[in-house]
Amino acid sequence: MLELKNISKQYNKRVILDQVNMTVKNGEIMCIVGASGAGKTTLLRCISGLEKIDGGQILVNGKEFDPYNNQSNDSVIGVVFQEYQLFPHLKVLENITLAPTMVLKKKEAQAKEEAMKLLTGLSLADKAQLYPYQLSGGQKQRVAIARALAMKPQILCYDEPTSALDPGLRDTVKNIILELKKSKMTQIIVTHDMEFAQQIADRILKVEPIRS
Amino acid sequence: MSYVLAILPSLLEGAQLTLKIFLWTIIGSIPLGLIVGLGLTSRFVPLKAILKFYVWLMRGTPLLLQLIFVFYGLPLIGNGAFTLERYDAALFAFILNYTAYFAEIFRGGLQSIDRGQYESAKVLRLSYWQTIRKVVTPQVLKIVLPSIGNEVINLVKDSSLVYVIGLGDLLRAGNVATSRDVTLVPLILVGVIYLLMTAVLTFILRKLEQHYSYWK
Repeated sequence: MLELKNISKQYNKRVILDQVNMTVKNGEIMCIVGASGAGKTTLLRCISGLEKIDGGQILVNGKEFDPYNNQSNDSVIGVVFQEYQLFPHLKVLENITLAPTMVLKKKEAQAKEEAMKLLTGLSLADKAQLYPYQLSGGQKQRVAIARALAMKPQILCYDEPTSALDPGLRDTVKNIILELKKSKMTQIIVTHDMEFAQQIADRILKVEPIRS
Repeated sequence: MSYVLAILPSLLEGAQLTLKIFLWTIIGSIPLGLIVGLGLTSRFVPLKAILKFYVWLMRGTPLLLQLIFVFYGLPLIGNGAFTLERYDAALFAFILNYTAYFAEIFRGGLQSIDRGQYESAKVLRLSYWQTIRKVVTPQVLKIVLPSIGNEVINLVKDSSLVYVIGLGDLLRAGNVATSRDVTLVPLILVGVIYLLMTAVLTFILRKLEQHYSYWK
């Protein structure tokens, strides 16, 4: 379970997040929605440790957790970025095995085998030896999901997963997210797409812009 | 023709020194340039200020002056504790100078890498050095290769400056033969040898660029 208690964040004295509270139970899908500039992405960046929170507490399974300075070897949070941010100089397979071999010190062969399983599950097995520039947007996104999953996170975060996709591909992402839910993955999804959120979310958090 | 053959050995001997200085400067200054370039992009202000000053000093004064200073000037400090052999002095000055140029090239390359690349490496929990080594450097190398190539070609020709501290490089060998035999032939040969060296380097650089074109 992930709990946020009174999370605050400001940039140059401008308050972006003010006392945000949120609870996500294990295996749930939480959608964070709101107008652009409301701080949805900032909230996600705080949860994933890309921004330091200025106040409040993050608890994972009841224990305090600081994603910004997390040094332990247990993967807690994985992120699928809006622009995917695959490593362009590495093949699809290498994109996925890089962190497991470098960080978790897995053997090359084992990392590859696990990566191939993930790719097969996302119907990308035939793309393993391609470079990111050779993939379509939807394929890149699935590689990004596989790369995050390879680190075996407890919680998977998505930043605007539908914004760069054709309407037809929206359903593909939806199915992947629901498939992952079946395997008890906790997922947090930032989106401005209210319809998408209502289709998949167990809970919806609405973030409002702060007027000052 | 027989005259050409007669002076060629001395020219080639000079070319050997030119190549030696060239190679060691490359080997020393490219990795150092990358490290200084990383420092120039760091958020640690004092380090950045020192490195900026160093780059300004090295790029703002003539290489010729730096060579003279290292060889003739340094021995005057601290009772000759910093005296260097001619060859070592030349290498020291060249590496110091070229590191500054390469550092600026790498700084530009590093800054053109999307911040998202660092962030995706961070959420995958790669350490800073793992990120630099496995994610950033390969991408930067591809970006900076053409500019590096430019400096590399420059270096071949800049190496002729070592004549001021009395080293016998290619240009000096040609000069000696020209003033001894009162003919321009040796200098024409020197020009041809420089052209050959830069032609080979241009070829290698193009191959390297092709090697990096497997991804976009």
